[in-house]
Amino acid sequence: MWRDAALVAGKDLRIEWRSRVATNQVAPFALLVLILFAFALDDNPGVLTQAAAGLYWVAVLFSGLLAVQRSSAIEAADGARDHLRLSGLDPAGIFLGKAGAVAAQLLALEVLLAAGIVILYNASIGGVVLVVLTNILATAGLAAAGTLYGSLAAGLKVRETLLPLLLLPVAAPLLLAATEAWQAALGSHPGDGTEWVNLLAVFAIIYLTFGVLAFGSLLEES
Amino acid sequence: MASGDALHLRSAVALLGSFPALAGATLDVDRGEVVLLTGANGAGKTTLLRVGAGLLGVISGEVGVLGHDLTANRRAVRRYVGFLGQGGGLYEDLTVTDNLRFAVRAVGGDTAAVGPALARLGLEGRLARAQVSRLSTGQRRRTALAILAARSPALWLLDEPHAGLDAEGRDLLDGLIREAAAVGATVVLASHELERATAVADRSLVMAGGVVLEAAATAAGGQGNVPEGAVHVA
Repeated sequence: MWRDAALVAGKDLRIEWRSRVATNQVAPFALLVLILFAFALDDNPGVLTQAAAGLYWVAVLFSGLLAVQRSSAIEAADGARDHLRLSGLDPAGIFLGKAGAVAAQLLALEVLLAAGIVILYNASIGGVVLVVLTNILATAGLAAAGTLYGSLAAGLKVRETLLPLLLLPVAAPLLLAATEAWQAALGSHPGDGTEWVNLLAVFAIIYLTFGVLAFGSLLEES
Repeated sequence: MASGDALHLRSAVALLGSFPALAGATLDVDRGEVVLLTGANGAGKTTLLRVGAGLLGVISGEVGVLGHDLTANRRAVRRYVGFLGQGGGLYEDLTVTDNLRFAVRAVGGDTAAVGPALARLGLEGRLARAQVSRLSTGQRRRTALAILAARSPALWLLDEPHAGLDAEGRDLLDGLIREAAAVGATVVLASHELERATAVADRSLVMAGGVVLEAAATAAGGQGNVPEGAVHVA
């Protein structure tokens, strides 16, 4: 399973590296979202700083949708999904590989967005360990849920519009917990974020486990 | 050797939505055979090939591939089956070589086969390093065929393999089919290019309405190679 996951993740990351979609489209889009929030709340910089954690995770979520749609679209072209099924790769490995590739792109994007809120929103990150843990767990959960729902919507003609409708409600608990944890990290009491990190760990484990178990059936039916 | 030990269908029914694209097809193909499926559009040729690859399940009847019962487990033989559909299964943003390396690694094959396969299909040098999105239709088709050549599956299922290829490419494809059969692989192809496809096939079967109707003589093998009971007359 792990060998298959590494193979699929390597393939997806190589595709992103060559196509530059993540760097030329997703990253500028994410930064644009941050800048638009800054314009919208320009009259009251204090509000911007207070809302930095929530705005950060909203930007991550929107960018995550694009990354997941892209990951799903890669397999939709030229009958690639059929050939992936014919390869005999372990479906759990395919799921972990595709989720891993999405997570790697999102983590890189999150570093960029973190720099963005420090510069644009005048936020200061106090609890670095808390931030790192929060981002790893929230990203794992988001990538797992996104890959799962991306596969579910892949066979449908309306997949571009259906995916956000499916994914956003599922991602809402992640958004809430990650925002609360970041709020603690940006404030003076990083210890307050521990319980939110624990909650993120639970969500990540649930989404990853469900994906490993269900992805094979979704791949066959999509 | 048992009859139909490469591909075996008995009264197989497969649905596309609610439409029975295979409506009780019966077919036996032995190892090392090259079998041509002909018939009008919508006759069920593509569906039969997809059922044989384990990409589509049947709702009734029997399907066996390389000794495995696909009605019990559709995934059992996929690693040993090469399927060329209307899409080549290529990743647009990867190079030709990257596509081959991924496909070969995915089935646990040896990537040493990639170079010879590229050379066999005339894709070495600059073309090997080109992104698939920059290739012509014929070059894409050659890349998809190079993947099959590098994987060396035991069962080749080819849907309109001559489409999009120039004369040289078609010659290469025919040579590839003959070489595969010579080393014991089985080839089932669906084609409207009757003159070319008949020349490489041991026998030819006609499909209509989702069933295999009758056998026809071919240049390569003639009717003498048709296994007993292989033909279902509707």
